[in-house]
Order: sequence, then C-alpha cells, then structure tokens
Amino acid sequence: MTIQVNGEAFLFESGSTLVALLEAYGVTGDRIAVTVNEEVVPRLRREEKTIQDGDQVEILTFAGGG
Amino acid sequence: MSVAQDDKLILGTQVFGSRLLMGTGKFSDSETMVQAIEASGSELVTVALRRFNRDRQEDDLFGPLSELKDVTLMPNTSGARTAQEAIRAAVLAREISDSPFVKVEIHPNPHHLMPDPIETYEACVELVRQDFVVMPYMPADPVLAKRLEEVGCASVMPLGSAIGSGGGIGTAEMLRLIIRDSRIPVIVDAGLRSPSEAAAAIEMGCSAVLVNSAIAAADDPVGMAGAFAQAVSAGEAGRKSGIMPRSDQAVATSPLTAFLDGSEPRN
Repeated sequence: MTIQVNGEAFLFESGSTLVALLEAYGVTGDRIAVTVNEEVVPRLRREEKTIQDGDQVEILTFAGGG
Repeated sequence: MSVAQDDKLILGTQVFGSRLLMGTGKFSDSETMVQAIEASGSELVTVALRRFNRDRQEDDLFGPLSELKDVTLMPNTSGARTAQEAIRAAVLAREISDSPFVKVEIHPNPHHLMPDPIETYEACVELVRQDFVVMPYMPADPVLAKRLEEVGCASVMPLGSAIGSGGGIGTAEMLRLIIRDSRIPVIVDAGLRSPSEAAAAIEMGCSAVLVNSAIAAADDPVGMAGAFAQAVSAGEAGRKSGIMPRSDQAVATSPLTAFLDGSEPRN
C-alpha cells in the first residue's frame, strides 16, 4: 500500500503498526511527534496504532529556532 | 517592587537563576550552539518544530540539547499563522519535549514578522486552559500585556524591535508602561543586537531577555553568549543597587571652593 509520510509517497505493509512504520522510515529514538491523518498519536499509543492505505503521516522533530 | 528586584526569575512553578533566555536558530552547527548555550548560562532555550528529515537526522536538536542538564526547552509555535495552528504546534512540541513551556509566536507576515495580537491572545487563552506555561511573543502594547496576564500567561515577551533585525530596544517607552503595571515577568524578546542593550533592558526593569540572532550571528557566538551573560548580570546588579535619579542640570561631584584665589564659590 502507499501512504504519505511528510508529504511524500511511501510504500508500506498494510495493517502494520505506527512503531513499525517509524522503524521502516528510519526514525531512531522516540523523541518525535507523529500525526496520522492530522490526529496526534501520543508516544504510548504508537504500538497499537495501525496504518492503513492512503494514511497521511507527519513526523516532526526539533530544529533551531528563536 | 518590580519583578526584576526579586532574586530569581519564576516562570510557572520553575525557578531560574539566569535572566538570559536563548534561541537556537541560525547557528552554523549544533556543537557551536551547545557551547554558546553553556557560555550563556541560559536555563531556558527555545526550539522550533519542523518535519523530520531522515537524510539529515543530525539536524535534530533534541539529542544535543538533552545533554545540557540544567536546560529546559521552550518550543515555539513559529510557522503558525493562526491561534489554531499555534495550539496544534504547541501540543505536538510537548509530545517531543515533555516540557510545559511554550513560546507562542504567531506572525503571519514574513516581511516584518510582527506578532498577530488577536490570534496570539486566543492561542494563549486555550494553551493556559491546557496547562501549558504560556510565554507569548507580543507587540510592545501595555493593554495587550495586561490582557495576557489576566488570562494566565506566565510572562509577556514584548519585542524590542523586529525579529532578527538587530534594531535594539526601539520600544522603550511602551516597555516601561508594561513593566510598571505587570505582575508577571516581562521579557524582551527579539531585536537585541549587543550586550549593552540587554543590560539596559534589565536595568529598565525587564525580568529577562531572550536573545538568538545577536549570539548566533556573531563572529564568535560562544564569546558573545558569555558577553550577554555578563551584561545581564551587570544590568541586574545595577538595578538592584538603585540607579541614581536623573537631573536636568549638572550636579557637581567635586567641591567648587575656589581655593586658588581664596574667594568663596559662586552659586
């Protein structure tokens, strides 16, 4: 299936968890924020959250800012 | 008694020894940024939220910043153009930082980056409700400052001049009005260019200053961070020592006895 991760198409196995997606996408560590279809998924709920075809996933992190 | 005369800076329930807050933007590399934060003695540091980039994971600042033990992170809502976007950014940032601090920053116009007072106010109301320690970047407006205090903000952060402009404290008259009536810390955020301006802000009665570009864009950011730390300390010591009143005429510091010709001094 194809999902969108940070605005780009990404091929991923349907029904897998968000944790598996983060690993497949190359995210190391859990100090990130994630939304699936604009809904925030808290750190403790990423194991149970399953990803479906067409889902829009955003992964956010900290960068320099004033 | 003004806030600045208290010994420590209190924001939310947290007590800070340093009155210098630092931003993390514009640094050439994260090593320099970390060294500059250490040299500044800052205990509250802003970060911005952005999309994870798997090809540039070294850009993620959480790792290097988490090594600084006495530093609390204050994510900003930069990029937000409305209250709703700012609230969303704050919630997402708290997922990463586990910090209740948020710098509300809503500036819809990239040309001048002036904060939107209406969206800022609305975002603050909701973020206070959600138990954030809310620190709004705001126009130097004493009426708005009071309104933000009344809704439960932890501080107000009026601008000295436009973000990144190095325009210094162009809002001194308004800042004095804000400080005079404020019961929460007043922090000058944006526009400071040199350490002397930071000292002046603290002398004026500001509780702290937030500095980014002036440090990050210096030839030697680490040296400049130390200079700002000294300036803030000097400003605080000066303020606490009681700055002498102004006079519109000269007041002699030496005796005016005209001993050379033996006559009495003329007045």
